[in-house]
Amino acid sequence: MAKTLFDRVWETHVVREAEGEPALLYIDLHLIHEVTSAQAFEALRLSGRTVRRPELSLATMDHNVPTDGGPVADPLARAQLEALQSNCEEFGVPLYATGSGREGIVHVIGPELGVTQPGMTIVCGDSHTSTHGAFGALAFGIGTSEVEHVLATQCLPRTRPRTMRILYRGDLPLGVTPKDVILGTIGRIGVGGAVGHVLEYAGEPIEHLSMEGRMTICNMSIEAGARAGLIAPDDTTFAYLEGRPAVPTGAAWERALDEWRSLRTDDDATFDTEVEIDVSELEPQVTWGTNPGMVAPIGGTVPDPVSLEDPDERAAVERALAYMGLEPGTPLRDVRIDRVFIGSCTNARIEDLRTAASVVAGRHVHPDVRAMVVPGSAAVKRLAEEEGLDRLFSEAGFEWRQAGCSMCLGMNPDVLAPEERCASTSNRNFEGRQGRLGRTHLVSPAMAAAAAIAGHFVDVREWDAVPA
Amino acid sequence: MKPFRSLTARAAVLDRPDVDTDQIVPKQFLKRIERTGFGEFLFYDWRKDPDFELNRQEAGARILLAGPNFGCGSSREHAAWALQDFGFDVVVAPSFGDIFFTNATQIGLVPVRLPEVKEVIAEATAGSDVTVDLEEQTVSAGGSTWPFSMDPFVRYCLLNGLDTIALTLQHEQDIVAFEARTPARIATTAL
Repeated sequence: MAKTLFDRVWETHVVREAEGEPALLYIDLHLIHEVTSAQAFEALRLSGRTVRRPELSLATMDHNVPTDGGPVADPLARAQLEALQSNCEEFGVPLYATGSGREGIVHVIGPELGVTQPGMTIVCGDSHTSTHGAFGALAFGIGTSEVEHVLATQCLPRTRPRTMRILYRGDLPLGVTPKDVILGTIGRIGVGGAVGHVLEYAGEPIEHLSMEGRMTICNMSIEAGARAGLIAPDDTTFAYLEGRPAVPTGAAWERALDEWRSLRTDDDATFDTEVEIDVSELEPQVTWGTNPGMVAPIGGTVPDPVSLEDPDERAAVERALAYMGLEPGTPLRDVRIDRVFIGSCTNARIEDLRTAASVVAGRHVHPDVRAMVVPGSAAVKRLAEEEGLDRLFSEAGFEWRQAGCSMCLGMNPDVLAPEERCASTSNRNFEGRQGRLGRTHLVSPAMAAAAAIAGHFVDVREWDAVPA
Repeated sequence: MKPFRSLTARAAVLDRPDVDTDQIVPKQFLKRIERTGFGEFLFYDWRKDPDFELNRQEAGARILLAGPNFGCGSSREHAAWALQDFGFDVVVAPSFGDIFFTNATQIGLVPVRLPEVKEVIAEATAGSDVTVDLEEQTVSAGGSTWPFSMDPFVRYCLLNGLDTIALTLQHEQDIVAFEARTPARIATTAL
C-alpha cells in the first residue's frame, strides 16, 4: 500500500498496537528545558521512577535566561533554572547550561548538534517542537504530564492523527521568504485549519529551501493547529547534517543515508486533506491582529470588520483591532513601530541574521525605535561574530544580545511596555505575548530589519530604492 | 487523577474562538515549580476587565462552555492546571488545540468536543444547569440532550482516573523488545 512520509516514521516507532487502544510510540529524542520539566521530575521522584533513557534526552536553558549577559535577577526564574540543573544531575540527563557554549533555544541546538535526524520521533515540552519536522522527523510538543511519561517510559500512547499535505507551486518571488510562506499559509487555512492533523509540506518551492528556511516553516505548524509538520529529507538535509557532532560517520553515515533516502511520500499515497498554494503571487506578510492567521500582504490594509458576515469572526476582529490600536483601512506601510525583535526558534539562525544584516548594512535604526537581535544559540552568536554581523548590527544601533527565547514570550526581562508596537520575527502575536498590552506584528527577518530602519513597515522588495 | 462519571453544575460561558493558552495562564506564572495553585492566575489579564465574560457570571461554575480551537498555542499544561484549580471539571467546545486536549485528559479535566456548543450556551444563559455524562457521552441542558464522541481509551482513562504511565509500564516487555531490535540513533551522553 502506498505510504506517506508520516506513515513511514510512525510505523517504525510503534512498540505495541491493540484494538481500541492508542498505539504505544517509541521516542528517539526527548528535549528538555526549564519551564515545563520541573513538575515532571518532581512527580518522577514522588513515584520512585527513574529516567529510562538519559542518553536519549537532552536539556538546555532557554526560556528564562536573561540576554544582557548579567545574572538571573528574578528569584523565581533562578529557582527554576537551578531546579533544572539539579534534576539533570540527579537523573543523569545531559544539560547544556548557560555558559556551556552549547546552550541556546532548544529547537535551534537540536539541529545544530545533529541530534535531530531524519525519521526520528522527537518530543519536547514546547509547542514549537514541530521545528524538527524539517528533517523528516515526527516532532511534536507535549505537556508536563507527558514529559514525565517520556522520562519514565521513553514512550507515549498516541492515536494516529489525520494527515494533511500542503503542496506549494510556483517560484518564490525575490524578497519573499519562508516566514512569508508560512504566514501566508496560516492566513489561508486559519489557526485551527490543521487541528488533529500532521502536516507535510511539499512541492518545488520547499525543495529549493535551505534547512533553516524549512525549519522556519515547520516551526509554525502549530500556529495552524497541527502538532507536527514534516518535510521529506533530501540532499539539502544530508549536506546540513554531515559532520555535526551527533551524526554518524564512515560506514554508519552511508547506512543512515540509505535509510533516510527511503523517507518519502509515495506518488500514489493519499492524505486526509490536501491544500495547494501558489507562491508566485505571495508578498511579504505582516500580521495585524492577535493570532498568526490575522495576516495580510505588506501592500494591504488593516481589514474592516464590518465586511465580515460571520458574527463570531467579526467580534474577534473588532477585539483584535481594539487591542492592537489599529483603525480599519490603514495601509500596513503606515503603521509605525516602537520596537524590533529579531530572534526566536522561528527566525534566529545564522541565515536569518545574515538576511537582516544585509538589509541593515550602512544604515541606522530609526531614532524612535529600539531594536534588538537575540541569536538562537551560543553557536549562532559565535558564528555571527566571526562574520562581523554583531559589529554591523551594533553600528546600526541594534542591541546585540546573548542567546535565548527572550522577547518571543517575555519570560525573561525582555518585554514590551503596554501599547508598545513591535515588529517581531517570532511566532505568536497573541495578546500580552511579548508583554502585557504589548502589540506584536509578526514578520520575516528582512521585514523586521527594514522596519527598524524606517520606523514603520516597508516592502523589503523595494528596499534597494531606499537611500542608505 | 480522580475518576469522572457525570456532573450537573452551573456552566460559565466564554464564547470566543481561538482562546490561546497564553490568555489562560500568562507566561509570568510559568516560573513556578509547583503544580498547584494556578487558579488565581487563570485569565489573569482578561479578568482585570470588569466586562470580561467570566467576571459577569456568578461564581461556582464547574463547566466551561467555550468557542472553537480552545486552548490553541503554547503547550503549557499550566493552562489545564489553572482551569482545574479554579474549579472547572469540564470544558465543552466545538474543537480544542491538540496539545491542550491531551494535557487536560492527563489531569482529569474532561474536554468534550461538541459542535452544538452554541445551543448549550443558549440554555445555560437562560438559567439552566448543564449535565455532562461521560458514561452516556451526552451533554444535556434545559430538556435537550446532545451526544458527543470521545476516543474510547481516553474516555476509559478519564472514567477510571487512571495513571497512564502505569498503563504504559504494564507493557515493559514490549518496550524492551522494541529497544532490543531498534538500536538508538544517538547518545546525548557521548556528545
